[in-house]
Amino acid sequence: MSQFGAGQSQYALAAVLLLIGLYGMLVKTNFARKLMAMNVMQVAVIVFFISLAVRTGGTPPIEIEGAHEVAAAYANPLPHALMLTAIVVSVSTTGVALALLVRIHRRFNTLDESELLDRLRE
Amino acid sequence: MSEHLPILIVLCPLVGALVVPLVARVSLRASRALTVVATLSSLACALAALRMVLDGDDWHYHLGGWAPPWGIEYVVDPLGGGMAVVVALLAALVAIYAGPHLRVYTALRGAAFDSLFLLLTSGLLGITLTGDLFNLYVFLEISSLAAYALLASGGERAVVATFRYLLVGTIAATFYLLGLGYLYALTGTLNMADLAIRLATVPPGSAMTVGVVLIVVGLAVKMAVFPLHGWMPDAYTYAPPPVTMFIAAVMSKVSAYALIRVLFFVLPAGDAVDTARAVLSWVAVAGVLAGSILALAQTDVRRMLAYSSIGQMGYVVLGLSIGNAAALTGALLHVVGHAVAKGCLFGAIGSMPRQTVQAEIAGFAGAARRAPLTMAAFTVAALSLVGMPPTAGFFSKWYLLSGALDADVWVFAAVLMVSSLLSAVYFFRVLEQVYFTESPSPPDPGQASGMPPLSWRVVVPVLTLGAAVLLIGLFNGALVTSVIQPALPEF
Amino acid sequence: MFDLLGADRPLAAVLVSLVAAALIRGVGRWAILRESCTFGAGIIKLGLVLSMVPTVLDGGVIESTRLTLIPGVTLHLRADPLGLLFALVASTLWLVTSVYSVGYMRAGRYPHQTGYFANFALCVSATIGLAFAANLLTFFLFYEVLTLATYPLVAHNRTAESRAGARKYLVYTLTAGQALLLAIVWVYSLAPDGEFRPGGMLPAGLPSTTVWGLFGLFVLGVGVKVAIMPLHGWLPVAMVAPTPVSALLHAVAVVKAGAFGILRVVGYVFGLDLLRDIGADTVLATLAAATILFGSLRAFRETHLKRRLAYSTISQLSYIVLGAAVGSVTALAGAMFHIAAHGFMKITLFFCAGAIHTASHRDDVSQLAGIGRQMPITMTAFAFAAAGMAGMPLLPGFISKWNIGLGALSTGQWVWVAVLVTSGLINVSYFFPIVYAAFFRPPHGTVSPERPAMTVPLAATAVAAVLLGVRPDIGVGFYRLAWSAAQSVVGAGIGGSP
Repeated sequence: MSQFGAGQSQYALAAVLLLIGLYGMLVKTNFARKLMAMNVMQVAVIVFFISLAVRTGGTPPIEIEGAHEVAAAYANPLPHALMLTAIVVSVSTTGVALALLVRIHRRFNTLDESELLDRLRE
Repeated sequence: MSEHLPILIVLCPLVGALVVPLVARVSLRASRALTVVATLSSLACALAALRMVLDGDDWHYHLGGWAPPWGIEYVVDPLGGGMAVVVALLAALVAIYAGPHLRVYTALRGAAFDSLFLLLTSGLLGITLTGDLFNLYVFLEISSLAAYALLASGGERAVVATFRYLLVGTIAATFYLLGLGYLYALTGTLNMADLAIRLATVPPGSAMTVGVVLIVVGLAVKMAVFPLHGWMPDAYTYAPPPVTMFIAAVMSKVSAYALIRVLFFVLPAGDAVDTARAVLSWVAVAGVLAGSILALAQTDVRRMLAYSSIGQMGYVVLGLSIGNAAALTGALLHVVGHAVAKGCLFGAIGSMPRQTVQAEIAGFAGAARRAPLTMAAFTVAALSLVGMPPTAGFFSKWYLLSGALDADVWVFAAVLMVSSLLSAVYFFRVLEQVYFTESPSPPDPGQASGMPPLSWRVVVPVLTLGAAVLLIGLFNGALVTSVIQPALPEF
Repeated sequence: MFDLLGADRPLAAVLVSLVAAALIRGVGRWAILRESCTFGAGIIKLGLVLSMVPTVLDGGVIESTRLTLIPGVTLHLRADPLGLLFALVASTLWLVTSVYSVGYMRAGRYPHQTGYFANFALCVSATIGLAFAANLLTFFLFYEVLTLATYPLVAHNRTAESRAGARKYLVYTLTAGQALLLAIVWVYSLAPDGEFRPGGMLPAGLPSTTVWGLFGLFVLGVGVKVAIMPLHGWLPVAMVAPTPVSALLHAVAVVKAGAFGILRVVGYVFGLDLLRDIGADTVLATLAAATILFGSLRAFRETHLKRRLAYSTISQLSYIVLGAAVGSVTALAGAMFHIAAHGFMKITLFFCAGAIHTASHRDDVSQLAGIGRQMPITMTAFAFAAAGMAGMPLLPGFISKWNIGLGALSTGQWVWVAVLVTSGLINVSYFFPIVYAAFFRPPHGTVSPERPAMTVPLAATAVAAVLLGVRPDIGVGFYRLAWSAAQSVVGAGIGGSP
């Protein structure tokens, strides 16, 4: 498996993004900010998976006549395919979340969590 | 046709979800009927598939004819097939039950409800049948998205609760996906069976541990284990009754199924899994106690039931963290029994007239007179959650207890006892109102006749579930030997 | 599949009243139909139970088809001497109580009678199931159903007071149920079939901590229903229930289920030798003796008639516990016979209390002066039953006490004899003044005439009690059943494994 992942820096990037995302989701009180943080976190996972697929000196997994007879020379296509799906999931989630936020904002005129909870308690 | 049964189980509701909005433009009645038919046919397929599997070997269905590990595989085994039957049964009953509740909706909203409901069903069924970890993630998110939309349809308070759920749910799903990445990096496969074989040869290391922890945490959060349950009471309280009934009954159970599947059928036995189970066991203990105690403090019955769910899911987690044959049998039986009982309870509450539903436990005064049948079902289901013989809940508790004693963990046995007593207290508070308190306004014959009688579409599903609670209890021996024991991993 | 009139008679006896409960719900609107269901089921059930007597007296047992409850453990009913004795008491007294209930509920114009009769039938089903249970899981199943079915009966009047009483009842019994459940699961992990065996079912060589742990849980589990001090708190409070329910609680079902449970646990789960080895018999006997004295003293101080009877029950039931703890054949036979003896006497007393309440709305013992002249049949029956309670010769209480006392003497435990005698004296001192005042003080106020639907049952139970005292083996042979059960338990213990 050592041929996966040429360097380590992209993993560090993924980890940093993940932590930023988690931090935002847990600490920020504004729902819109939480949502953005959520997106950052999802991007972190995408970076992670794509990094797994990288192969030093590898080429895109496209079959060209005559060239690249050896599968080992391709970048791994599967994580890319997986992430395509994950992006779709993330977009849908964001869409639903935005729709919810619009409704919350219309009704309460705020997206601040503590203020909302106060309002709901009334 | 019959060789495609596994995929038909998932496809029936999925196709229904797409067709229902179109049909609803012509006739809402027809689209309602379609919803019911879609769920019922899915149930029929699930039953047929389970039957064939119980008679023979596990059924591996290769999607599009691509053999694993390249293609995606659906597997019907006693565990997954049994779970699919539970989900499909609840879906069919809720589809029928929802009829009278949708009457107040416009055609468009009604169709949106049905479509989302079918999508949710399809996602949950997919989780139970897929043999591929990434596919499981996709279904997990499909069902979650549909659930967010359904829960949010209960008004402003529900929207806030749903948003919080969405955040927690997404964190969970992201963790799961990340953990999946680690396992994939270690083995290069996502097929569960393949993964199980390859992981067994991978020497334990930090990558494995991180992967296991992320996956287990992700699925546990999806189950709404304590202390990540904050969204649940609000969401259950404000969502429309059929939504609460379905989601409370099956959603966390399907996540529990996924956790059992991953822990016992995919991940290799070893330090990583043992640690995960040890952590889970204390989470479960905290959840069982906190859920029961918080349930005591509630005055709204739906909120009380939500907290009770947190406690009851703790039983399941406890069972799988003990992890011997008896405890796992108990956990699985409890998954089934609790799904049926919770569905029954929320169904019965949802059948109460609107003004009492808003109200507190006190609003249940004299309910047995107004709705004797649904309240009888409510009582049976409540007794099951308390763990009274001969209901399903008693027997799952029995297996869990003997599992705990086999493993010599007396603390867990004590926790189960205490929790039973606490649930007895909070359920009997309600039952006392239902049966032994006269309703504050004496039933005036004129007014009583003004109240519309309960539709059979509401009563029949609730009664079916109530009867199921009893039958699962009385015939648990047959259920355990024919479905649950074959579903257990080899020890 | 089932041979309900043959080997499956124990099952049939359980089912009869279960079916009756459902029927009563169905035809609840028509009082006549509802009551015929009750009587019909009562007669059939009694017939079924009686038909098993000859076989069992000849030393046989009748075993029903086993139905799988959980893999390896079945719902298993078996008529053995002890179970049959209890079932006989319960089914006889159910029939009598049904007649009395109809009179009482009609006279008091009580609401919700359908639920009342249905739950009553359910209770009796559970009691019979309990009596015939051949293994611990079956026993527990019916034990908990009994708890649940009695709860609505205690709360029947739907007042704040009755709800509070019922709540307390539930808290006590459900907590006990959990302890019992834990004990039973534990036993199943040691002895996988959990079948009751005369002389004990536990495997040999258990560490004494295990035995003590099990013993503690079992005593907690069944001790609440038998109201061993300090687990007795629910019983006086539960007196808010209508009188026939109290009669049922005290004489037929609940506390008797506890006493029966003690006998089963001591004789058929542990076996006396095992308990003696660890010294648990002395602990149990001490608890029982303390309860006997405490109950009698409390009864003496209590002035509310039904509550006085409740404390009397607490004290009398511990005779059974004491007999079980002493554990010689004689003492065990006395204890087992006391299930029947106490049943007939106590139900008579409660019937009388209910009849007095219905006729005069008097509940306090100080108000009963002269009532014997106004209600002669009732108070005569009361006098006989009370004398029996105190242990007067020629009445059944004497026979059980005599045997328990003899048993205690034969094992040199004369302390317990002193306890029995003291309790008897206290019994006299709290029953005799009632009887004296009722017959020899001038009456005051008016009392409505006695109702046949109530006087006939109470006279019948009183006569039965007297007959039982004179000829303890009359009719169905309660005494012989008790002896044969006691001998099987002790004999097996002496002979080693059963």
